[in-house]
Amino acid sequence: MALTGLDIFKLLPKTNCKKCGMPTCLAFAMQLAQKRAELDACPEVSEESKNTLAAAAAPPMKLVKFGTGETEVQVGQETAMFRHEEKFHNPSVLAPTIYDDLTDDQLAARIQAVNSLQFERVGEQIGIKAVTIINKSGAADTFASVATKVAASVKLALILCSENPGAIKAALGSTASQVPLIAAATLENVDKMAAIAKENKCPIVAKGASLEDLETLTEKIKAAGVEDIVLSLDTDSLKENLYSLSQMRTLALKKAFRPLGYPSLTALIGGDDDSQIAATSLICKYSGIVVLDTVNPAVYLTLLTVIMNIYSDPQKPVQVEPKLYSIGETTENSPVIFTTNFSLTYYTVESDVEASRVPCHILVVDTEGTSVLTAYSGDKLNDKAVADAITKSGIEDIVSHKKLIIPGYVAVMSGKLEEATGWETMVGPRESSMLPKYLQEVWG
Amino acid sequence: MAIPQVAQNFAGSVTEVTLGATAENGGTRTSTVTIGGAKNIVHAGTPADSAGRKPVIAMDVLDVAPTDWPDELMAQYADVADDPAAWAKKCVEQFGADMICIKFDGVHPDKGDKTAEDAVKVTKDVLAAVGVPIALWGCENNDKDNKVMPAVSQAAKGENCLIGIVEEDNYKALTAITLADGHHLITGAPLDINIAKQVNILVTDMGFPAEKIVTFQSTGALGYGIEYAYSIGERQRLATLAGDKTMAMPMICDVGYESWRVKEAKLEGVPEWGEAADRGPMWEATTAICLLQAGADIIRMRHPRAVAMVKSYINQIWD
Repeated sequence: MALTGLDIFKLLPKTNCKKCGMPTCLAFAMQLAQKRAELDACPEVSEESKNTLAAAAAPPMKLVKFGTGETEVQVGQETAMFRHEEKFHNPSVLAPTIYDDLTDDQLAARIQAVNSLQFERVGEQIGIKAVTIINKSGAADTFASVATKVAASVKLALILCSENPGAIKAALGSTASQVPLIAAATLENVDKMAAIAKENKCPIVAKGASLEDLETLTEKIKAAGVEDIVLSLDTDSLKENLYSLSQMRTLALKKAFRPLGYPSLTALIGGDDDSQIAATSLICKYSGIVVLDTVNPAVYLTLLTVIMNIYSDPQKPVQVEPKLYSIGETTENSPVIFTTNFSLTYYTVESDVEASRVPCHILVVDTEGTSVLTAYSGDKLNDKAVADAITKSGIEDIVSHKKLIIPGYVAVMSGKLEEATGWETMVGPRESSMLPKYLQEVWG
Repeated sequence: MAIPQVAQNFAGSVTEVTLGATAENGGTRTSTVTIGGAKNIVHAGTPADSAGRKPVIAMDVLDVAPTDWPDELMAQYADVADDPAAWAKKCVEQFGADMICIKFDGVHPDKGDKTAEDAVKVTKDVLAAVGVPIALWGCENNDKDNKVMPAVSQAAKGENCLIGIVEEDNYKALTAITLADGHHLITGAPLDINIAKQVNILVTDMGFPAEKIVTFQSTGALGYGIEYAYSIGERQRLATLAGDKTMAMPMICDVGYESWRVKEAKLEGVPEWGEAADRGPMWEATTAICLLQAGADIIRMRHPRAVAMVKSYINQIWD
């Protein structure tokens, strides 16, 4: 929690020595509170005050990284309870399971399936970023050998899942350089696990049955010299998980309760593919890592889209590139429609054009990511903007006609637009959902 | 270190609303649903004290056979698509719908231009076929809805239905008739919390009781604007908790229609995206579960497998 200038003043020597360059300690404290000065500028401050101030300045939820190089992922350091307050910073990481009791063929198939969980959606790459290797066999050497194979065949961050310190140690033998997340330290094994995490410089999951257990664990792990911790509640109850995740987020952000100021991991183990869709709630409500027990691409495309949407910046509309998009087998006779470069507007129009089965050119006008009505009211959508878009797109060389379908809501632009472009305008429907009918009737 | 208390007491809570009237209340429903009542953010506080009533699923029945539904969805209703009563029965008896929402697509001037008499017949047939509470949702063409929905409302008088939607620039006719016939009302806004508040004020100024309103903030499908609906839902809940009575209504979302329009839900022949038969129901269920995180109380849905996924989720959280 941020300290006020007066809080900071109480921690300063109050000698007004001016060595920091400020006339008084109070003035320096005010500068510090506004983050316009560094504490190092004060030569007289005590070690104790330094620690207090450093702790207060630390983010309320720790940033935890695992993996390395291209596969490095980071979770945590969230600062908001609600996405409309401030963008959620580090998107949830999905991590499908691979069990170590699979036959060689099964293992190869599973790895192949895991590797295919990368998608392109609305022009962006989305995909899983980690994989969870589970020591189901109970044997340390089996776990180590499977971990080695997986590590060599995926470009993903690794989560090593065993409560047997011997198995984790064995698996780290070949994978430590990839900085896996160790899962997990429990009340039973915490001393040994924390020591392994420390020795291998790996982050570690603290797994406990209650918030109290988790607090005990994080204190012990921290005392062992490991700072990068992920919290995991030891329960199969989705309800208990969700209520605890909300409570932990509130404690970290609103109460600055450091022992629970870490990102979380939740696993949905067992059940069929349909049951995994419940992970939606874990993504929305505060689980930084979600372990899933399926490799069905439909589940991942769906959940990755949830992550894409919930972690988008509420202050910044998502935009598409303003250019000409040709949908279907267009010809020189295909209709030309214009719309704005607000991605939601564009993709709605695109999907309705696809539904019409009439091949179309969609001319996307740069309106700085605003919708048709907003852009029109803000004068970002006017005859000049459309004329520019027509020129830049080269559409006049692509189609043999000069008919432009304009959104029904801006029918009033028609006259000016015809003057500015020399194109004949045709007023389309107000709602994109009526496009299929319109196109089939007018151009079908 | 003791874990600090985070229990918060808020000034307001979501209004509890009961839909449907059984014989003892002058209707013919065999069951009612009660929604709302949440006293905190979704999953905050304790389940017993804060969660409120279990959200419910209203399955869509159209007054006309759909022509543009994807095959995977249409296959579920091929045997009943021309018969709203049989369709509703299937939703309740086979798919476990808590409510039926009759969507009067067919009265829209561009989608069949059916008459008020047609709509009244569908309403009566569905009321006779099933015992669950009914929502009656216009075609969203103002002129036509103002002609048709009053007749529909009257035909369902005494059944305590949920009728909608009224909007900022078209609320008087439907609000008046809904009030007269003793139904609940859906107030709609285009993803704009200020307009949502405004329309609630307008209809309550007409004497419509705030405790008989359900809000519709508009719905975006997963991948197509769900984040806007999500944040408005959260903001509505926060306003409610802060004590704003003009926002303290339960919320309904139109998930079925929105999610089955989406490319990812219906595109076939893209194995790298998984089977279309999985993807469609998952897209619908995920859209629904997402909006439940933001505080939705009634979800309009279409595919039985999606309904099963969402019911399973709801039963895990609100038991």
